[in-house]
Amino acid sequence: MTADAVPTLPISRTCPYGPRPEHRQLREEAPIAKVILPNGRTGWAVTSHKHIRAILSDPRFSSSRRNPGFPTARPNAPPSALKPLMLELDAPDHGPVRRTVIGEFTVQRMNALGPRIQEIVDQHIDAMLAGPRPVDLVQALSLPVPSLVICEMLGVPYADHDFFQTRSSTLVSYKTTQEELTHALGELTSYLGKLVAAKMENPTDDLLSRLIQKQRENGGVDFGDLVGMAFLLLIAGHETTANMISLSTLMLLQHPEKLEALRQDPSKTLGAVEELLRYFTIAESALGRVAREDVELDGVTIRAGEGVLMLANTGNRDPEVFENADALNIDRGARNHLAFGFGQHQCLGQNLARMELQIVIDTLFKRIPGLRPAVPLETLSFKEDASVYGIREFPVTW
Amino acid sequence: MKVLVDEEKCCGAGQCVLVAPKVFGQRDDGIVILLDKEPPEELHGAMREAVSVCPGYAIWLEE
Ligand code: HEM
Ligand code: SF4
Repeated sequence: MTADAVPTLPISRTCPYGPRPEHRQLREEAPIAKVILPNGRTGWAVTSHKHIRAILSDPRFSSSRRNPGFPTARPNAPPSALKPLMLELDAPDHGPVRRTVIGEFTVQRMNALGPRIQEIVDQHIDAMLAGPRPVDLVQALSLPVPSLVICEMLGVPYADHDFFQTRSSTLVSYKTTQEELTHALGELTSYLGKLVAAKMENPTDDLLSRLIQKQRENGGVDFGDLVGMAFLLLIAGHETTANMISLSTLMLLQHPEKLEALRQDPSKTLGAVEELLRYFTIAESALGRVAREDVELDGVTIRAGEGVLMLANTGNRDPEVFENADALNIDRGARNHLAFGFGQHQCLGQNLARMELQIVIDTLFKRIPGLRPAVPLETLSFKEDASVYGIREFPVTW
Repeated sequence: MKVLVDEEKCCGAGQCVLVAPKVFGQRDDGIVILLDKEPPEELHGAMREAVSVCPGYAIWLEE
């Protein structure tokens, strides 16, 4: 194949939720396809469920965002002032780091956190009910809930929540300019630096203090690693869940019969959350890899240094795995979707995200039964080009 | 049916615990623990599901 025969891969979503037609076509014709990636380099797009899983669980592919071949889908470069984050590490370095924090995110720990998440959700809904209508759901509920939860887990003192929240909103807002971004990043990392230093002096009952304790037991505290981990948890656990809250709310408002089914039987909510995760696959852009060596896979050879982009939204609509894959079926009961990735980096916060989504969905529609969009749905603006898919603003009323 | 887990491969995502909390648990450090090595018949379907969702390929069945 000559270089100019390689098609350029378009990325931004066209239909609000589903994969682009070009991506579906690739899945049918060439599930591992040579393409020009969004960063202009020649690499690979992977679109079938089977192949996405195979590559995400294959240690011959690297997660290093600093490798020049890494298929960055969007221009936003990661903050290079930080040491490589857990997300960027490969075997054998990744596992031991992940093991210092997974204990904080077990199913059991998340269940124990449920009542506190419920309180936070209730407080925000109280404020919505007491405030003016219409209100932007994104600012009133979707963003602050996951943000507060992760603040509390990390051990950010209550008095600093506002500082923390405004900076992280700047970080994830589509309105932020490059300059504002750099500034907010600087403020946040220096804040997190001070926070880590304070926890080293005076440990409290929180994730960061326990992490410091673990590092001490393992032979030494690494300040840079601690700041990096705090940063990663803050960023990874914030906008993702927020976007899922907004999108899920919208979707259920558009499908009153599904909403009614959940009202009748709240035990269905967790299954609905799983299906909504599959249906939207908001974080597929996180699923890039770069080959560490030449890899032969199902008839293609991926060369060392070439980037590979896993189009998980397309993989999550793979008819070989999901029957009637384009339909949202809250009773589907399929957990083998790719919304949280696969392999050793599979989302560390997935059980937190499930818990937050479940509580928000159950509570929001129960407490505000008349909830409805305050604008015609055609006017909603979706984050087609953002690294995490979502709705920018979602005015609601009741 | 016998269930086997490889703690080295487990990345602690907890998917197995969601599928079958009577068979799988997580240690304090997040790694899987097997609560029932030979689960009863009615859980065999769930065991196959756990194998298929485990992101670390850390669960095996001997039938
Ligand atoms: C619905 C919400 C969420 C979605 C869709 C999501 C999606 C993902 C995906 C696709 C990955 C894999 C990245 C890769 O393989 O390179 C990932 C990793 C990660 N997620 Fe999430 N995430 C969500 C919520 C959260 C939450 C609430 C946290 C909590 C702190 C979190 C923390 C992380 C971390 C730390 C990683 C890196 C894990 C590692 O490298 O081992 N995520 N997430
Ligand atoms: S699903 Fe697999 S990786 Fe996750 S906790 Fe269970 S055994 Fe470990």
